[in-house]
Amino acid sequence: MQVKFKIRRFDPDTDRPASHFEDYELEMAEASTVLDGLIQIREDVDGTLALRCSCRSAICGSCAMRINGKGRLACNTKVIDAMPKDGGPIVVEPAGNMKVIKDLVTDFAPFWDKVRTVQPWLQNSGPEPEAEYVAPNEDMLHLAGVMSCIMCGACVSDCTVLEVDSSFLGPAALAKAYRFVGDPRDDADNDRLSALNEASGIWDCTRCMQCVEACPKGVDPMGRIMSLRDKAMQAGFTNTNGARHATFFTNSVGHKGWIDEFQLPIRSKGVTNVKEMLKLIPVGIRAAKAGKVPNPIHKAIPGVDNVRRIHDKVEKNR
Amino acid sequence: MRYALFPGCVSRGACPELYSSTLEVCRRLGIELDLMAMQSASCTGSGVLQERNERLGDTLNARNFALAEKAGLPIMTICSTCQGVMSQANVRLQDDEYRASINRDLEEEGLSYNGSADPKHMLWIIVEEVGIEKLKSLVTQPLPNMRFAPFYGCYLIRPSSALGIGEHPERETSLEQVIEAVGAEVVEYGGTTACCGFPILTINESNSLKMVATHTMDAKGRGADAMVTPCPLCHLNLDGFQPQAASANSTTGAIDMPILHLPQMIGLALGIDPKAMRLNRHIVSTKNFLTELAVTP
Repeated sequence: MQVKFKIRRFDPDTDRPASHFEDYELEMAEASTVLDGLIQIREDVDGTLALRCSCRSAICGSCAMRINGKGRLACNTKVIDAMPKDGGPIVVEPAGNMKVIKDLVTDFAPFWDKVRTVQPWLQNSGPEPEAEYVAPNEDMLHLAGVMSCIMCGACVSDCTVLEVDSSFLGPAALAKAYRFVGDPRDDADNDRLSALNEASGIWDCTRCMQCVEACPKGVDPMGRIMSLRDKAMQAGFTNTNGARHATFFTNSVGHKGWIDEFQLPIRSKGVTNVKEMLKLIPVGIRAAKAGKVPNPIHKAIPGVDNVRRIHDKVEKNR
Repeated sequence: MRYALFPGCVSRGACPELYSSTLEVCRRLGIELDLMAMQSASCTGSGVLQERNERLGDTLNARNFALAEKAGLPIMTICSTCQGVMSQANVRLQDDEYRASINRDLEEEGLSYNGSADPKHMLWIIVEEVGIEKLKSLVTQPLPNMRFAPFYGCYLIRPSSALGIGEHPERETSLEQVIEAVGAEVVEYGGTTACCGFPILTINESNSLKMVATHTMDAKGRGADAMVTPCPLCHLNLDGFQPQAASANSTTGAIDMPILHLPQMIGLALGIDPKAMRLNRHIVSTKNFLTELAVTP
């Protein structure tokens, strides 16, 4: 089977230091992976192609890169699935949101710095048990989902927030934080949630689900970030725009059946936040001129009693 | 082809132009809409309510699905976020045991969800039910000189596993197909499946506005006359906050990228009066765009 590759190359030490694409065509077996192709290129066509890889079994997490624009592991992406239907090449690029060192090799130092920031080790208090620490089976089964993270960085590669703000902790580090907040043996939840509640933490995620889609291990980083938001609010960290937003939103839907769009920005930012309230004025004027201001009198939907009853009951058992 | 319209919150609030253009376009495409069946339906929770209480979100969505089942009609959505949140809830609600436990909270109202709902976005209905050929045949004013940049909205694209994209691969290119069907050209750029930044607008405005600036400038740089979106939340951010995005990111002057709702673009090609679709009531003026189209707002 003939397979075409288009690889983004970059070598700061050559006379062609700008990144550029190079094309390759290989004869490959049908069951081959994109990583097989890259290794074949490095061994038979161009020995200068730089890439990281090791286990070839989606365990070591070394070969995350962008394949056809999406964060993937090269070792568990089959060429037959990646080949575009129009006969075009498989486009291979280094992982996004990271500095490229050479070709497909990126600088992971900021990635590890962020993972370290969340203190990814068990912190418990009290006397040490005589034998091992005991944790309920179901808790550990739940955590197994997030513990299967192989730190490959595919989620970081595709994170929409990191594209505009490199200070964001990002999906991998936040999923790792959840692994410890969710661990019944860990006693540092309050400190952890307090830190995660700060800027660049849990509330900066835009819920775009790129990380969910990119993760090769089903870790669901965004779902973990949402769980951290819930845990932070339950622990009393409610003085953020994010927490006010989620709380007002839920109350609005729970009591009127639909969103109070007029009040939502005001209540999220906090009515007493004068500077932010003043900033809303030109937005309001522009919207008013276009006839796009939602009705300030937020009427309930027909039959809202049923929604209220459900809201009250399910919120009580939250 | 009869559907229960689930209008969502925004088409009845900050984007009334989406509601009016949807009704007019559906009438012409032969999509019959029942406007009453979902009248007492609630908001889907939009992913925000789910941050606090996923079970509450699932219960409210199960209730909405049950209302449609009771009316014997499939649901049509007109918002990527409503569609995505409904699809995700519906995946969880396919678990019989879980659905039975949720149904206990619906009993009092005499409702029960039996798992049969298959909510579809108007965009999917146009491609899968109306058909691209039928749409082409109904176009009276093709838009051959127009270049449109598609902007799906995250929830209509991800997670692909919940959105039936495996069984319906055409959904991934549905917006491009409709743009071509109305005789316009698709602009290829980086924003097609990107995030508009709306969910963090009140939380991290700076990042949100950077996303708006990035995608609208990108579309402009690739020669787009307008961007087209099936998501009113994307519309709110890309249109409503484009002026702030331009000044916050010190772009040279206004970006001036009109943002059209999906039915507004189709409506123009079907010869519907732009005013009837409230194209004159956007934050970013559509005047130059409409002049280019040789119709006055």
